[in-house]
Amino acid sequence: MALPKYTEMRYRIWHYSYLIICTSIFIFLIAPLFVIIPLSFNAEQYIHFSKGMIALDPDAFSLRWYEDMIYGTKNPWGIAVRNSFYYAFFSTIGATTLGTIAALGLSSRYMPYKQLIMSVLISPMIIPLIISGSAIFFSLAKVGLAATFPGIIIAHIILGTPFVVITVTATLSGFDDSITRAASSLGSPPTNTFFKITLPLILPGIISGALFAFVTSFDEIVVILFVAGGERSLTTIPLQMWTGLREQLSPTIMAVATCLIVMSTILLIVTELLRRRTERIRGITPR
Amino acid sequence: MSEAIRTSDGELLSVKLKKVESRRRATAFLLVTPLLLFILIAYIFPIFQMLIRSVDNTEMNQLLSKTAIVIEKWDGKELPPEEVTSTFYYELKDLIANKKHGKIATRLNYEKGGFTSLIKKTARKLDKFDENGNFLDQFMDVHKRWADIEYWLALKRGTQAFHGRKYLTTFDYEQKFDGSIEKIPEKKRINVTLWLRTIFVAVGVTLCCFILAYPIAHLLAALPTRYANLLMICVLLPFWTSLLVRTSSWMVLLQTQGVLNDILVSIGIVADDNRLELMYNMTGTFIAMTQILLPFMVLPLYSVMKTIQPSLMRAAVSMGSTPFNAFRKIYFPLTYPGISAGSILVFVLAIGYYITPALVGGSKGVLISNRIAYHMQKSLDWGLATAMAGVLLIAVLVVYWLYNRIVGIDNMRLG
Repeated sequence: MALPKYTEMRYRIWHYSYLIICTSIFIFLIAPLFVIIPLSFNAEQYIHFSKGMIALDPDAFSLRWYEDMIYGTKNPWGIAVRNSFYYAFFSTIGATTLGTIAALGLSSRYMPYKQLIMSVLISPMIIPLIISGSAIFFSLAKVGLAATFPGIIIAHIILGTPFVVITVTATLSGFDDSITRAASSLGSPPTNTFFKITLPLILPGIISGALFAFVTSFDEIVVILFVAGGERSLTTIPLQMWTGLREQLSPTIMAVATCLIVMSTILLIVTELLRRRTERIRGITPR
Repeated sequence: MSEAIRTSDGELLSVKLKKVESRRRATAFLLVTPLLLFILIAYIFPIFQMLIRSVDNTEMNQLLSKTAIVIEKWDGKELPPEEVTSTFYYELKDLIANKKHGKIATRLNYEKGGFTSLIKKTARKLDKFDENGNFLDQFMDVHKRWADIEYWLALKRGTQAFHGRKYLTTFDYEQKFDGSIEKIPEKKRINVTLWLRTIFVAVGVTLCCFILAYPIAHLLAALPTRYANLLMICVLLPFWTSLLVRTSSWMVLLQTQGVLNDILVSIGIVADDNRLELMYNMTGTFIAMTQILLPFMVLPLYSVMKTIQPSLMRAAVSMGSTPFNAFRKIYFPLTYPGISAGSILVFVLAIGYYITPALVGGSKGVLISNRIAYHMQKSLDWGLATAMAGVLLIAVLVVYWLYNRIVGIDNMRLG
């Protein structure tokens, strides 16, 4: 954003102060994440930048907290990681299937009561998690599913579907119906049209919805606090972090957090690539 | 009269079209049905069921079913008649035999403090009662509290099947035994403070997010796509990162021995023995929540600003407006949809926040959600917890309805 040469002095000052303000807001957004990464390689027990770290002394850095994360006995991070992926995997499949089918119906011009039904389907995203958590816990307890694997997966499917519904309907809103009509007029049966024409075109939307559902389940903490009922074998990464953070801020948690930041970076890249692919296929920029 | 148009199979075209339309309508509805049923059965219905708990007292009503019937007839002006006390004696005896008297003791304690010990002491001496004697006198012999009519009134009230008193407690009011509604003693008041604090934090965080998000969304929309995409990472990376990671990074930064204080001490702004208290208070909750919710404000603002033609501003300036006036009169009003979408989203998320206040807020920075969790998990006063949840839910639904009116859920976009 170079300024033209004729710009007046006061606008110049305003322009540069605006850029400085923006830079500091960006730092406010991103810096907290980057503070964690070097601290996870700390050789000391305390969470602060030691003199050695600032002087970049190699002895001040170590991988001991990563070792502790993998081999440590105090926190069952192994079980937590396994469970987190397990819940996220199954709830993503459930949420994506249910959500995509519903989104196909919702995008139809003939769908009755569209607004009302949409608000009901989106509600798990809007209603505070503390309310969702306790309501789901009471209902699961009634059918004997509280503190069980299926119970947690059902809870996570509920929380994940709104994201799938929103992303897939958004993709379908830019969908050109004449393509499927062309297929039908050429004699393709509806199922064939769906799998050969519609599905490949909306797949990026479905995948990004699935990613949202995955992250929702993977990061979810409030509902699982209620539904898992303190059962150690059902613990997840967020639950372990929550317990850890309540006791003491340990460097091992910094190591786990760093791993999670790496994971979210990968997720970010994947979604960005997907978005560009959608744009390329459609030849239009999404609204 | 012209021949009506018919399709190839001889049906009237208008009839055929209607048939096709209703078939498509049915197909669309059928596709939505599985998810709709799932959400209704596994989510919406449980929420209603849970909210009923806030007025529901049927369990107590059933545990002391006979007492509930006879005590209902008692006018409550003087100590209860023998009919009430004898029924209560026999039912209490059964409950003790089944080891269920602890439950009624806890429940009655919500109605009047001191009931737990009263029931426990009475339970220990109940086998010494003479079943031919006067029950009221014997009750009073066991514990002098039975001579206080308020305990009997509490029993009467505590065995009613439904009541709305938990909603009074939610706002720090109570119903006296004479039926009048009063504020509870000052040192016991906590809920109204929490409600006000929650609203204050939600409004404040929304405002802060707006102030911080507006300039960067504007910059992102003005920059060429290549640079904008790079800077967008700063917004999207926190958005995709686990909430607990972001909260723990704020704990690292804000602690008294934390990074921020270390920096301030080393620069010399703050003395080492006078470090700032940034955590376990409102400041911590406020800062952390603002950073965590900021992307939810930036994204809708950005998507709206992206559609505003830069030529509009140039036109205004070329016609003699100052840049500031052009911004105020042209650009800013055009961003209203983004402002409303972002604000409502941030507000709704902030009002129900639980994890961050619990970890960063200490006792002075907790919000209403933390109180609900406390009553749900620790004090086990589920009636009060669900009453609070009900009030919070109504607040959120009102905002949700507004969002629908102003923005429309169809226009909700993510990422």
